[in-house]
Amino acid sequence: MAILSLQGVSKSFGALKVTDEVGFALEPGEALGIIGPNGAGKSTLFNLITGNLRPDRGQVLLDGRDITEETPMQRCASGIGRSFQIPQPFGQLSVYENLLVAARFGGGLSAAEAPAQCMDILRRCGLARHADRKAGSLPLLDRKRLELARAMATRPRVILLDEIAGGLTDAECVALVATIRAIHAEGVAIIWIEHVLHALTSVVSRLMVLNFGRMLMIGAPEAVMAAPEVREIYLGIEA
Amino acid sequence: MIWLDTLLQGLMLGGLYALFAAGLSLVFGIMRLVNLAHGDLIVLGAYLILGLCTALGLHPFLAAVLALPLMFGLGWLLQTALLNRVLGEDILPPLLVTFGLSVVIQNALLMGFSADSRKLPVGPIEAQSLPLGPVTVGVMPLLTFGSAILVIWGLNQLFYRTALGRAFRATSDDPVTAQLMGIRPRSIFAIATGIALVVATIAALYLGARANFDPAAGPARLLYAFEAVIIGGLGSLWGTLAGGLVIGVAQAFGAALNPEWQILAGHLAFVAVLLLRPRGLFPRAYD
Repeated sequence: MAILSLQGVSKSFGALKVTDEVGFALEPGEALGIIGPNGAGKSTLFNLITGNLRPDRGQVLLDGRDITEETPMQRCASGIGRSFQIPQPFGQLSVYENLLVAARFGGGLSAAEAPAQCMDILRRCGLARHADRKAGSLPLLDRKRLELARAMATRPRVILLDEIAGGLTDAECVALVATIRAIHAEGVAIIWIEHVLHALTSVVSRLMVLNFGRMLMIGAPEAVMAAPEVREIYLGIEA
Repeated sequence: MIWLDTLLQGLMLGGLYALFAAGLSLVFGIMRLVNLAHGDLIVLGAYLILGLCTALGLHPFLAAVLALPLMFGLGWLLQTALLNRVLGEDILPPLLVTFGLSVVIQNALLMGFSADSRKLPVGPIEAQSLPLGPVTVGVMPLLTFGSAILVIWGLNQLFYRTALGRAFRATSDDPVTAQLMGIRPRSIFAIATGIALVVATIAALYLGARANFDPAAGPARLLYAFEAVIIGGLGSLWGTLAGGLVIGVAQAFGAALNPEWQILAGHLAFVAVLLLRPRGLFPRAYD
């Protein structure tokens, strides 16, 4: 059974339809990439999945259970984790405390279990040396790592990554992709919105293209990238 | 020597103001809510202690211990049933609602207890004092000051050493992201207001033991509390203690020069700090 599925999900802001009849199913442990031009409704789709927005129509299902009416807190506890495009660390808390909050409240870990788990995630995400630093003072790469680390601390089964590789240098990107691959290898399902295609295609096994809130195409990355309509709309290249 | 004595009395008085302010600072720090009824809630606490003293024949200190959980419950209920409904992007609704609450509490107290000023009967301890080197200091003021330090220290421990405290700080930083970490901001706010009223009850005990209070005494306490929070820097609990001490010392010196200048001197100190350090003495790191 699909771990996460959307069925006919639509959302409008006023007259603007930002999500239009989107439906797909994510298998356990699968990695799905989402691409599309700016304003295609990619981040809105994430907000609909995490519960920050409620759809006007359609359902969001986790393990086949309808969670459309559940709050973000409930969905977090049920195993949906998220990293933001623009990093949103708790700036006044240390890096370690950011994870501790996520692990205790979102991950449901006890005071005894949480510290070791958090330090392990920090090490794997390359943040161990910054553990005691105030999160608000981190540079961009480390903020992106913190987004990933904090989402991991909530012990998700599905993790949503929103343009986590954007703005990084090639070397930084390679390091981040390695971390994401390691997380994926543990069986965590991933949905990843990204403009940095080579990073994306090195992890995902399926690619979805959004345009004006609609699903233009979903399938194997090579096939999707080769499709004329995708090349035309997304890459701006005449087919 | 008289100056040293004045300074000491001022510091002790400042402890009381810090107790007034700590709850206000806590609530503002966590949910950006300025509770205009804070002073009246302190006075309500004083009447609750008085009521328990009278009804059960208890000493005010024991009555205050009983009042603590009751006031926590009241704070929790107040936040859950009322304030959570008006918190949002716009800061005006909570201001109006807490202002209304202030009026309601004052008038309810007036109906229940009349306009007579009352005092908590703490007994002989009120007149006791300790020699402290060249000066002497009253036992009650010393207890007030000690309690203020203990309360601020305790709140800091709670904030920086516990899971609840981290949830407080995370929610204060970013309530939307906090939800994605599994935190329920509304329950966090309810607990915070409960704790703020626990601190208000401790403040009420010393307020009522030190001087007379009446149903209209709240707004002036709110003003001192507010000034202490601003002087200390928004969001800093130790800053709030420092702010209380600044007002207390200024008032004591003002009163030493001329008894009519006591209140004015406190307000002048507030203005002076704002002119020199607009963000307060210990502002939170800018983010």
